[in-house]
Amino acid sequence: MQQPPNSSRRQFLGLAGGAAVAGALPTVTVRPAEATPATLASAIQSVTGGAAVRTGKVKLDIPPLVENGNTVPMTVTVAHPMAPEDHVRSIHVFNEKNPQPNIGNFHLGPHNGRAQVSTRIRLADSQKIVAIAKLSDGTFWSASVDVVVTLAACTEELI
Amino acid sequence: MASALINVPPKAKRGDIIEIKTLMSHIMETGYRHTATGEVVPRNIITSFTCRFNGAEIFRADLFPAIAANPFMTFFTTATESGKFEFEWTGDQGFSEHASASITVE
Repeated sequence: MQQPPNSSRRQFLGLAGGAAVAGALPTVTVRPAEATPATLASAIQSVTGGAAVRTGKVKLDIPPLVENGNTVPMTVTVAHPMAPEDHVRSIHVFNEKNPQPNIGNFHLGPHNGRAQVSTRIRLADSQKIVAIAKLSDGTFWSASVDVVVTLAACTEELI
Repeated sequence: MASALINVPPKAKRGDIIEIKTLMSHIMETGYRHTATGEVVPRNIITSFTCRFNGAEIFRADLFPAIAANPFMTFFTTATESGKFEFEWTGDQGFSEHASASITVE
């Protein structure tokens, strides 16, 4: 019966909800690698083509403290179904301070059943490792881990 | 001599998700190291690894110098039918190695 008060309350709630969503979004959306060196940013750019990369879904398992950077075990897992219509298409791993920003690209498909890849990598310095997953719907998700390396790879001299 | 180590379960139930582990012996020379006389040691890495099941590609990786020597790679696949996994590593200086493993799916 009292339409005006009711509708204004509804408007207020709608606005408040909208503001909450707008407020929550920036925390979910990752700023595409601001504070990282340009080579890392451009390597990520070449994979994403400038599309937004969000944090989440991806889990990057790597020891936080590494004694020997010559061989560092690493596992990337993407918490996402591997159905034919909705799956993880590829996983890309990058680093910040090695001579090259790329570590590896892994191409997957629905037949993999689980989006998980393990390998061993080299780290030339204490740095940030970034893993990016590309989904079949074209969105990108990422995770990053800071690793401290005591003995660096790549620097030793050959006799 | 290059040699591969492959770990594929010999048997699986239909629909199981199985883990495949592979290791290829290779120096993975980065191309960023120098000899004592200052010469650059030329790059010699495996650049590509592919796994096919009954001819269809199920996993592919592009490798970079940041992959450790003797590249070790594990990934998963769903067991759908009995057949043969074929693995292929290719790289610098004409490197090309093949390996295969069979699986029985019940």
